[in-house]
Amino acid sequence: MKAVLLGATTGMGRAIARQLAARGEELFLLGLAADDLAKSAADLAARSPSHTTVGFAECDLEKPETFAPALEAAEAALGGFDAVIVTAAMFATQDALEEDVELARRLVTVNYANTVVFCEHARKRLLARGGGKLVVFSSVAGERGRKPVAIYGSSKAGISAYLEALDHKFYEQGLRVLCVKPGFVRTGMTAGLKAPPFAGEPEEVARTVIAAMDRGDSVVYAPRVWSAVMTVIRALPRAIMRKVSF
Amino acid sequence: MHTNAVTSESAKASDATRDEDRRPMGTIMGWGRLGVAGRETFSEDLAKVTRGANLSRGLGRSYGDSSLPAAATDRVVNTVLANRVLSLDEEAMVIRVEAGASLVELNKLLIPRGLFSAVTPGTKFVTVGGMVASDVHGKNHHREGCFGEHVRSMKIRLADDSIVECSPTVMPDLFYGTIGGMGLLGHILEVEFELRRIPSQWIWMESERVDDIDSFVTALNTAAPKFPMTMGWIDCLNRGKRMGRGILMAGRWATESEAKRDAPFELPHVTVPIELPNLALNAFTAQAFNSAYYWRHLSRTKLGLVGPETFFYPLDAMLEWNKVYGPRGFTQYQCVIPRHAGPPAVRAFMELLTRLGGASPLCVIKDCGPEGRGTLSFPLEGTSIAVDMAVSPDIQRIVDQLNEFVIETGGRIYLTKDRFTTAAHFRRMEPRLDRFVALRDKYDPRRRIRSAQSVRLLGD
Repeated sequence: MKAVLLGATTGMGRAIARQLAARGEELFLLGLAADDLAKSAADLAARSPSHTTVGFAECDLEKPETFAPALEAAEAALGGFDAVIVTAAMFATQDALEEDVELARRLVTVNYANTVVFCEHARKRLLARGGGKLVVFSSVAGERGRKPVAIYGSSKAGISAYLEALDHKFYEQGLRVLCVKPGFVRTGMTAGLKAPPFAGEPEEVARTVIAAMDRGDSVVYAPRVWSAVMTVIRALPRAIMRKVSF
Repeated sequence: MHTNAVTSESAKASDATRDEDRRPMGTIMGWGRLGVAGRETFSEDLAKVTRGANLSRGLGRSYGDSSLPAAATDRVVNTVLANRVLSLDEEAMVIRVEAGASLVELNKLLIPRGLFSAVTPGTKFVTVGGMVASDVHGKNHHREGCFGEHVRSMKIRLADDSIVECSPTVMPDLFYGTIGGMGLLGHILEVEFELRRIPSQWIWMESERVDDIDSFVTALNTAAPKFPMTMGWIDCLNRGKRMGRGILMAGRWATESEAKRDAPFELPHVTVPIELPNLALNAFTAQAFNSAYYWRHLSRTKLGLVGPETFFYPLDAMLEWNKVYGPRGFTQYQCVIPRHAGPPAVRAFMELLTRLGGASPLCVIKDCGPEGRGTLSFPLEGTSIAVDMAVSPDIQRIVDQLNEFVIETGGRIYLTKDRFTTAAHFRRMEPRLDRFVALRDKYDPRRRIRSAQSVRLLGD
């Protein structure tokens, strides 16, 4: 596999990249800052059985003009790629987003509009080579309109709907779209937030996601128990959702 | 519920700070489970979060208050997410990592490549930053010295917020002060250290039943020149003739031809699910455990191959074993008694220890090689004894009496295990203290970097 990863310098993306590197996949990293990318590239090369060099290019989800050149660089370095994995996104608590609507605008733009644009660039390149895997991290927060994730969750609902449609539209042409819906996972992003029951670890999520990707699944919950949790939450009537705090 | 924040990095720092201040105050604990109120900041980006911070901590395996904040409002950075390997040169056997990289992860990476840290402590759940700050030692101390002996270079965030790279030749005072310096001279960001080539993934171990404490000191001395790794477990509940009976373990990496073809099969870890009641570990259960442990070793000597997990980290197989001491928490008393004080001093120490009680089932005995170069590094040539103790109302009196004895012999205690030593005792046992205080005056005159332990033992 030749995979391009956006957002793999931290958290779940880091865990996925490490597991792919350890099994010898060829990787290319996209992210914000070259010096940070270089450190992650070194980390991955050290874990690769044959010390395969990992290339990288700067790419900022807030700057759509960086998308095409970054993917171009990846294509050149890998000699074409057959998987694109997007873990990058923005997070802020509902309180912070309500206090600062400009932050809310940025978050929704990054998580929805700009992620769609990035995926459009990526899937065109994948389809041009006969298909491949497009793996994008959405969230269980996008499953249902909920009080603590009203704004963040809506951006994830949008991206989930888009990914489902991509799957319907391009499946026949060989594109395998995987929408990842993580529950609460202990990463730098959630540090300090009170962990709910069923909180997961990034390494466990990475194993689940890579297995789903290998199988060609279209949706995966990680940790898996969140699939059951969300089935319950989706079934709750509005009258109850208005009362509860989750 | 959240994906990674590539772009949130570009979110204004003020957003992050505001969110952080909103977080509820939690409890920060050392391995002895005596917690204090505080709040930790986790981040992959240590250079960012250590700016203005008061203390860095890793996996929290120091028993006492070394990694606890002096005040609930102190800014504590947790390094565990900063865990990248920045370079690995298998030929030169040198690795450079971020401070939060843990030995458990590094072992997984290095052992299959035929490499291993030159020094490992008795748990793999430690970060490299913590290994430097404690200047950890292992079963091979008599051969390899402490971990700090193998560190080549470090990147450190100083209290004035500058970031420097130090080594034995560049800012050597900072370098050696940081080795064993309990993180008090600066926040360790990156560490470059030497590895050792291992001939196989197996350890050749020879173990021997030893009848009493005098035989133990002799047996350790005899084993030291023959084996790169030695240590012993002593039953410290027995008094009189059988005082100090136990099991001596000596080992070396097995050669390629001795080793089994397959990698060692390590049993999965189990977790102590709940904090057991205080009474679960009492004199009776401890005695039963010890006798079972001792007599399991039926033949006087045993030899054979074991995996490195079994050899180096026997207690790691039971995750969160510290919960067996119950809500009262526990501490460890580890001291080193200098060689020149002789075996009678070790016997006298064991007599005092068993007389004072404390009901700790086992203690660990190890002979140490020469003192390292870290300004406050713990080991010195002699016999180290480590014993767990439940925190009882008597604990202060017990630690004080043990300290009085150790000071008389010219020995000292290991700060990484300590919670109860008084400032007065510490001053008396630590002739190098003035040198360390001078380093703090130089690198952190306003004492921005501090821990509960530094305030207890150094006053600030």
